[in-house]
Amino acid sequence: MTLDPTNGGAMSTAMETVDPKSYATILCCLCGTPISPNPSNTCVNCIRSQVDLSEGIPKQCSLLYCRFCGRYLSPPKTWVAAELESKELMALCLRRIKRLSKLKLVDAAFVWTEPHSRRIRVKLTVQGEVLHNTILQQSFVVEFLVELQQCVDCQREAAKMDAWQAVVQVRQKVEHKRTFYYLEQLILKHNAHEDALGIRQQTDGIDLYFLQRSHALSFLAFLNATVCVRQKHSDHLVSHDPNNNTYRYKYTFSAEIAPLCKDDLLCLPRKVAAQLGGIGPLVLVHRVSNWIGLVDPFTTRWQSVDAAFYWRHQLRPLLSSRRLVEYVVLDIEPLRPEMVLGAAVDGRGESKFWMAEAVLARSSDLGANDQQFTVRTHLGKWLKPGDLALGYDLATANVNDVGVAEMLGAVGGEDAAHLLPDVVLVRKTYPRKNRARRRKWVLRELPMERQEGPTGRGGQRERQAALARETEEREAFMQELEQDPEMRATIRLYRDPSVNVEEELEALKIRYAGDRKWTAAERAAGQVRRNAASVHVETTARENNNVFDALPEDREEEREATGAPDENASAACGDDDDDDDDDDAGYPEVPLDELLDGLELDTASAAAGRAAASPSRERDK
Amino acid sequence: MALRAQFENSNEVGCFARLTNAYCLVAVGGSEAFYSLFEAELADHIPVIHASIAGCRIVGRLCVGNKNGLLVPNTTTDQELQHIRNSLPDAVAVQRLEERLSALGNCVACNDYAALVHPDLDRETEEIVADVLQVETFRQTLAGEALVGSYCYFTNQGGLIHPMSRIEDLDELSGLLQVPLVAGTVNRGSEVIGAGVVANDWIGYCGFNTTSTELSVMESIFKLRSWDGAQRDGDQDDLRTSLIDTLA
Repeated sequence: MTLDPTNGGAMSTAMETVDPKSYATILCCLCGTPISPNPSNTCVNCIRSQVDLSEGIPKQCSLLYCRFCGRYLSPPKTWVAAELESKELMALCLRRIKRLSKLKLVDAAFVWTEPHSRRIRVKLTVQGEVLHNTILQQSFVVEFLVELQQCVDCQREAAKMDAWQAVVQVRQKVEHKRTFYYLEQLILKHNAHEDALGIRQQTDGIDLYFLQRSHALSFLAFLNATVCVRQKHSDHLVSHDPNNNTYRYKYTFSAEIAPLCKDDLLCLPRKVAAQLGGIGPLVLVHRVSNWIGLVDPFTTRWQSVDAAFYWRHQLRPLLSSRRLVEYVVLDIEPLRPEMVLGAAVDGRGESKFWMAEAVLARSSDLGANDQQFTVRTHLGKWLKPGDLALGYDLATANVNDVGVAEMLGAVGGEDAAHLLPDVVLVRKTYPRKNRARRRKWVLRELPMERQEGPTGRGGQRERQAALARETEEREAFMQELEQDPEMRATIRLYRDPSVNVEEELEALKIRYAGDRKWTAAERAAGQVRRNAASVHVETTARENNNVFDALPEDREEEREATGAPDENASAACGDDDDDDDDDDAGYPEVPLDELLDGLELDTASAAAGRAAASPSRERDK
Repeated sequence: MALRAQFENSNEVGCFARLTNAYCLVAVGGSEAFYSLFEAELADHIPVIHASIAGCRIVGRLCVGNKNGLLVPNTTTDQELQHIRNSLPDAVAVQRLEERLSALGNCVACNDYAALVHPDLDRETEEIVADVLQVETFRQTLAGEALVGSYCYFTNQGGLIHPMSRIEDLDELSGLLQVPLVAGTVNRGSEVIGAGVVANDWIGYCGFNTTSTELSVMESIFKLRSWDGAQRDGDQDDLRTSLIDTLA
């Protein structure tokens, strides 16, 4: 405890230059001890006996500690990991002490205690003004009692999934799982599943279990912002206490996703087509989020339809992506949109789709017959002679649809059959290859409880078939991501930790973990480059109009922050097995600077799934 | 003898009283307790007068005087001046001062022979102070403070000065005033000596908060201890006999 008269207010400045010894000695006004004068003219001991700076500051506080994860509660609800006697713990302790901000804190240190005593003692040195213009410095010890409390995360982990109070059943009644693969990635990116107790896979979708109704509601809000859903809910009364007027329910929310996927072909009923500005009636779904983008492949006119509109009319696909047939483009001739009756003419001069007239042959027909089709397509921008394209073979399809019946009925007779085109081209495709082998990125997976398939001998075969189909669908989804940068921009791709890409990163001048030889200037240049890349990604995302792209998120920063050591880099496989590299030149690759670092193999259950997707790779090693 | 006093819950007795060897001015208060305290000790020797100056009760801060005279500021009304003149002994000259610094008690500190004055006081005023109070005047500051009347108090026996004074200043001042000086405090560490204490050659009053240490410093420097006085006057035997009486 020191007393510093030179800090004592207005007259201090004049006196600071004077040697305090030249002052006349006075007697302390309380005890009569000779002292040199100070603003309160009282000796230190007397001041100490009169005032206590630590008055009003609690000498004993409590800290809440979660024993399971070793974290301390930083009120109101953050849990912070901190070692004993660490900076973080000190910050936490100081924040817990009330009224400390009214004094000037000069020093704080831990006083050693036995860890098992559950006491943390902090010695504080504070300065404060007492009496008139006298600054007093004082030290005191505050003791923290470490109390145990399970943190929210551990609580959730400890609670079994059976403790759920609300469940969201997400369903889509289609033949494939593409929508759910995409939805899974969106959930992971926006961390929408953080409140879920567990996720269970069901036949046509997934169930998410929540401890509280509000968590389920917030997940539903997320769904509404992401996909076209229709929701219903029902409450199941578990118990009720008439004395207390309390009711306990289990809430079930059913969210049905519109059964329209990208690349589906629709035939719009006349009324709907009229409402959409005379588009169609044959239209393709080219984009699905919380609205559905429809494009007329023969005029390139497009329209978007929101969830409300969709569920009012309940459009069903005429043909869906399983029925796609591969064609070879023999010749393609671009058409100027002005020359096509009813074509969309973009005001900016640059359209999303280019009209073209293409001459096609089925891939399967090559060498068998000479059948050719001449069709009009909206893919003029992407297709060249010799390319492969996927399309619906309407010539052989057996369609049974209200829209088609209406369309044909309007014309009637023999001519009606000619109204349907032979082929509707949907998208460009590439030769079939094992692309999984060369893939440098992986996706994360939601921890999901699989549904048990049928048991028994026959069941095993069924299970294997289901697994094979799932693998195939997953691979198709990943290829779709590779071919569609707009879709890719809305989710997170991670660099495969088991693949060695250091040389390529160096060539791109991107810094990676464990690399030391870059200079500051080069690092800055790399950052600029990556920023530019992210701007590009974001702009494409904006055009995509997905609501979640408006969320503030900085992929670059994330990439910097999550720079984790790449332990498995050396274990990567070589490129010695690339026998078919040369004829795969046109295939779009995911640029390395779009990938995120920091996925470790333990968490990358996706990596396992990927390994399963490419069994040949294991063999090659 | 030094007594503790309080004026209506205020410890600043120096504000509400002006005590000299020839008279005592006391402010008119809500209760007579403060006045009675002065009257009880002084009435037999000197007049104790109820007074106000310019309608204010802080007579101690507004006027200054010694046994030879009394100076009042120009804000004093004629009636008040008349009352003071009537009450004071004829030997005491009363003079109204035309001075910008009208709180004379804060600007001038004096005993019967010497006075410290505020450095900014008029030359003319300084002359009047010297003439009326029959003192030698010195323009001085105390510990960087110009209000000499506030930060020190001295009688013909000795003086108490601002605690932050330096030793050399203290020596110089006591050489000028020809009385012993000491740095000290009143009212539990307050450095405003002039407001906290009034004294003459045989009695002193200080604020109620004054600690016993401060009181004893005051008594010793103003020589207010009765046995000191007895020794000085030579009737040492009386004291001794009385002491023996009480002991026996």
